[in-house]
Amino acid sequence: MSASRLNEGGRIDRNTRVDFKWDNKSVSGFAGDTLASALMAEGETIFGRSFKYHRPRGIMSAGVEESGAIVTVGKGNRRDPNVRATTQEIYNGLVASGQNAWPNVRTDIGAVNNLMSRFFSAGFYYKTFMGIPPMEWGKGTGVWMQYEKLIRKAAGMGVASRQPDPDSYEHGHLFCDLLVVGSGPAGLAAAVKAARSGLDVLLVEQDFEAGGDYLNQTSCEADQKRTNALLELEKAGARVMLRTTAFGLYDYGVAGLLERVTDHMADPLDHTPRQRFLTVRAKHTILATGALERTVAFGNNDKPGIMTAAAANTYLNRFGILPGEKIIIATNNDSAYKPALNLAGAGAGVTLLDSRTVLPANVTGLMETKGITLKTANTACNANGKKGISSLDLAVTDGHGWSMGETLDCDLLLMSGGWSPVVNLLSHRGVKPVWDKDNLCFISPDHKEPVQMAGSASAVWGTGDCEESGVAAADAAIAALTGHSISVSAPASGGWDSPIDPLYEVRVEGKKLKSFIDPQHDVTCEDIRLAHQEGFVSVEHLKRYTTLGMATDQGKMGNIIGLALMAEALGREIPEVGTTTFRPPYTPVSLGALTGRGKGAHFKALRRTPMHDWNLAHGATMTEAGLWHRPWYFAREGEGISEAYVRETVTVRETVGLVDVTSLGKIAIQGPDATEFINRIYSNAFAKLPIGKARYGIMLRDDGIVMDDGTTWRFSETDYFMTTTTAHAAKVMVWLEELLQMRWSNLKVHVTSVSEQWAGCAVAGPESRAVLEACVKDPATVANDALPFMGVIQTTLKNGVPCRIARISFSGEMAYEMYVGSDYAESMMDLLWNAAQPFDGCLYGTETLGALRIEKGHVTGVELDGRITIEDAGLGQMASDKKSYIGSALRKRPDLTKTDRPQLVGIFPKDKSETFKAGSVLCAESRVEGHGDGWITAVTHSPSLGHWIGLGYIKGGHSAWSGQTLVAADPVRRGNISVEVVSPHMVDPGGERMRG
Amino acid sequence: MIRINCPFCGERDHSEFGYGGDGSIVYPALDAPAEEWIEAVYQRENIRGVQTESWQHVSGCRQWLLIERDTMTHEIHSVRAAHEGVARVLAADAEKRT
Repeated sequence: MSASRLNEGGRIDRNTRVDFKWDNKSVSGFAGDTLASALMAEGETIFGRSFKYHRPRGIMSAGVEESGAIVTVGKGNRRDPNVRATTQEIYNGLVASGQNAWPNVRTDIGAVNNLMSRFFSAGFYYKTFMGIPPMEWGKGTGVWMQYEKLIRKAAGMGVASRQPDPDSYEHGHLFCDLLVVGSGPAGLAAAVKAARSGLDVLLVEQDFEAGGDYLNQTSCEADQKRTNALLELEKAGARVMLRTTAFGLYDYGVAGLLERVTDHMADPLDHTPRQRFLTVRAKHTILATGALERTVAFGNNDKPGIMTAAAANTYLNRFGILPGEKIIIATNNDSAYKPALNLAGAGAGVTLLDSRTVLPANVTGLMETKGITLKTANTACNANGKKGISSLDLAVTDGHGWSMGETLDCDLLLMSGGWSPVVNLLSHRGVKPVWDKDNLCFISPDHKEPVQMAGSASAVWGTGDCEESGVAAADAAIAALTGHSISVSAPASGGWDSPIDPLYEVRVEGKKLKSFIDPQHDVTCEDIRLAHQEGFVSVEHLKRYTTLGMATDQGKMGNIIGLALMAEALGREIPEVGTTTFRPPYTPVSLGALTGRGKGAHFKALRRTPMHDWNLAHGATMTEAGLWHRPWYFAREGEGISEAYVRETVTVRETVGLVDVTSLGKIAIQGPDATEFINRIYSNAFAKLPIGKARYGIMLRDDGIVMDDGTTWRFSETDYFMTTTTAHAAKVMVWLEELLQMRWSNLKVHVTSVSEQWAGCAVAGPESRAVLEACVKDPATVANDALPFMGVIQTTLKNGVPCRIARISFSGEMAYEMYVGSDYAESMMDLLWNAAQPFDGCLYGTETLGALRIEKGHVTGVELDGRITIEDAGLGQMASDKKSYIGSALRKRPDLTKTDRPQLVGIFPKDKSETFKAGSVLCAESRVEGHGDGWITAVTHSPSLGHWIGLGYIKGGHSAWSGQTLVAADPVRRGNISVEVVSPHMVDPGGERMRG
Repeated sequence: MIRINCPFCGERDHSEFGYGGDGSIVYPALDAPAEEWIEAVYQRENIRGVQTESWQHVSGCRQWLLIERDTMTHEIHSVRAAHEGVARVLAADAEKRT
C-alpha cells in the first residue's frame, strides 16, 4: 500500500496542520482528518496486531465498523484503549499507539502465535479447560488456571489505564417530536421535511461532520444539498447534534445518546465534561443509519492494504488521499464501480474483478474507456505479501465453483461483498431482521414500533432514492404524530442494474486458505466449519463458541459471512439460520459516561440532619446509616472510639446524654378514621390509646413477618404522630399509602411524611427530667405526674420554640424524645446541651445508642431482618389475640409457630475477658459446621456488666440452650469463641430505671 | 424506559415510579381465614399479555395507580388512580370535559 496525499480535493483544511504522536513518532495531518486518514497519508500501514495470532492489522474501513485499525489514544490516566482510528479526530498533541504488540506493531514478538494457529482454533478456551491433550487431558481447570495468565497476556486488546479517570461526565435529558438518527441524504431529507412541517426535530450524527454519504461524493451538487439542508434545519429551529451516537433504542421511543464533547479537543475548558450520556424521549424516530459494506472471505484477507471499496472512496473524496497506486477491486455487486471510476480518475491503475459472469455492455464499455481493466467471473483468492499485500492470486469461475487464476501485483485490494443495512437500533427493540433475498442483506420487517427506516438502512441504494426515502419516512412520521393521513410513497429497495452475486467465501478445491471472518477476534472460516463439525447448529451458540462478532466492533462487517457459512454447513438458507440479536450499545460507551457524576461522594444521595453542623462543631465523628450521616461518637481529648462510647454509655446510665434522632421516620396520620387505621396496622391494641399518650407498636407484613417497629403519639381524636426506624422509614410510608389508597379507600385518613420537618433529640439518663425542666418555659409540664412514662405533651421551650415531647426510652433509662421544627434544631441543641453540662452529661452517637439498646435487648433493623416473626423477636406479648390486623391471619401458619424457630437471646462469652463479633454463627459445641443453630446480630462492650455481650438468634431460644456452652464460629475473622446464651434483657430486666 | 401517563402529573419515566404488583388482588377482610389471605398474598398468575398492575408515583404525587400493561410489549392500555373515590372524581371530570 503506497498511499499519498493529493494536492487538492477532499474536505480537509490543508492550511491547518495538526501535529500529533503515533507510536512515539512525531507525525502530522490536517484539520478534518481522522487518525486513520492522517496516518494513511503518512504512509503508516500497520495499526495493531490481531487478538490471537498477532497478525498485522491495517485500516479496513473508514467508519465505526472498523475491525483492523483499533488503537490506544491518550496517555497516563487518560489512556483509552480500543479506539477506532477511523473515527478518532486528530488534534494538536494527540498521542496514539498501536496495540496488542511488543515491542511495537511492526516488529511483534507475539507473531510467533501465528505458527501455532492450529492450537488456537474455535472453542480454544473451552478445550483448554480440560487440559491440553495428550499430556493432561481430563485434568481440568487446575491446569487451565496456569495457562490463563499467559493466554490473557498474549491474547488481548488494548490496556486500560489503571488510574482514576480525571475527566468528568454528565447525564442529560432531551425531548423531541422526531428523532432522526443519521445525517446522510435520507436523514437530512427526513429532518428537513419534518422540521418544515412544524415538528420539533432532533438530528443526531455520530460523525464530526453532517452529511453522511454526501461527504464521500465529489459533485458540487451533493455538497450544495447538504449545506442547504443544514441551513434549512437551522432556520426551522431543529437541533443538530454532531459527534453524537444513538447507541440504543428502548421502550416508548426512548433512545440513549452518547455525545463526545471534548474527545477531539487539544485543550478543553476545565468545566467541560468529556462526554454526555443523554436520554432522549422521542415521540417518533427515523433511523437513517446507513449501510455498511461487507467484505468476502478469502485467503489472507486480513492483510494490511485490504479494505472496503467504499472506504477507499472515502479516503479519496473526503480526505484527499489516493490510498494506492496499483489497485485491485474485487466485487460481487454494482456499488464498487463508482469507487473504481473515482480512483482511476485520480490516477491510480485499477483492475476490477467482478465475480459475476455477465455484465451489461454499457458497463464493460465504460470501464474500458476509463482505462479500468475489468475481469468478469474473477475474484480474489489469496493475498500475498509480508506485512501488507503485494500481489493477489485470483480465482476464476465457469459458473460452478472456483479454480485458481492468474496472479496480479497490487499495493491495495478493495473488497465489496455487498451491503448490510444498519438495522441494529430497531433490533434493540426486539424486531427481528428478515433476509432480503434480492439485495442479500437483513432488513427490518413490518413492525409496530414508532420507528421508520430510511435510506440505505432500508436497503435503498441510490442517493436520489435515499432522499426520497427520507421524505417518505418523514411523511409517515408526520402522519403518525398528527393523525392526518398522508399518502406516503417510498422508493423500492435496491437500485442496482445487475443483481448481486451471493459470494461470501472464495474456496478453491485443494487449496488451503486462511480466510478471516472476524479479523478483530481472529475467527476464520475453518473455525465456523469446525464448530459445526463439533455439533453447534444455533447461531447464538456458534457466536459464543467461536467468539464471532464478540469483539468491540460487534461483527459489523463479518457476521453475515459467518451466518452464510453456517447455513452452507447445515445445508440451509441464511434466513432459516437466522441472525443473532443486536443489543445496545451500537458502538462502545465508556463506563465514565454511564456513571456520569454518580461517583465518589456523589455515588448516592447524602442526608444530613438539621443539627449536622452543630454535631460536628461539638466533636462528632460521623458514620453512615443508609443515606444519613449520623454522629457515631463524640471523642474527647485522647479518646478513641472504644473509650468514647464506653464513657458515653456510662454517662447515660449515671447522669444524662443527648443524641440526635432526627433520622427516624416520622409520619403524620390524620383524619376521622386515623384510630381505626392505626389499630389495623399495628399488632398490638391502639384503639384505646388516650390522647396525650404514646405507645410502642409493631407492624407486620401481610405475610405475618415483622416489618417495622416504632412509637405512635396521640395528640387529638384525629391526629397522630408515628415514628419508624431510620432504615424502614421510606418503606413504611409506601406501605401506609398502599393500604389507604388501594385496600381501604373508604377510610378517611391522610398520611404525610414529616421526617424532614421535625428535628429530634433523645434525652436519656437519670437526670433527663432535670435537663428538660431547665429547657422548657413551664417546668411543671414535664413533672413526673404531668409527663409520666409513655406520656406526650406539646409545649414551648424557654426560647419560645414550640416542641413536642414524649417520655419514651430506647436506652432503658428514664428518657424523652423531643422534636422541634427543623429550622430550630440548633437552638434546641444549645438549650439542652447547656442544661446537660451541669450534670456532667454527654453527647452520644450511634455506637452508644447500640450499646445501650443491646444491654436492654431492644431490637433494631438487624434483628428485624424480614425473616423474623414477632415471637422470634421475643415480643409475642405485643401480638393481640383480641383484634384482627395486617398479618394476623398468616402469622400463625405452622412453620411460623414451630418451637424450634430461631429466637432472640442475649449472649455472654464464657471467658468474660473475650470479645466476639456480630455475624458469627452460633453452633452447638459438638457440631461446629454448616449454618449452625443460630447467629449473632449485634455485639458491644457492656459497661454495666463489665464484659462483652451480644444479641442473636438461636433455634429454640434461651430455654433450649440454657446452661450449655456454644461456639460463636467466625472462621475468617476472629476464630471460634465459647459463649453461653442468656435472656436478651441483660440490664435492668424489670425496667424500673425507665419508669422511675 | 416505559413512560407512564400519571393522571395527576402527566407522562413520566417509569424510574419515577415504584412497582407494586398484581393490581387485581383484593385483600380479604382482616379476620378472613388464612386460606383467603394465602390466596391474596401468594397466589399470582404469570400473565403473558395484558395484566393489571399497581405502580406508585413515588418520586411524584405518591399516588398509587392501576395500570393495564402488556407484559410482552410493555404497551400500556390504561392508567387510573387506585383509590376508588379519586378515580371516580377523575372519570367524572374527564367526562365533563368531553
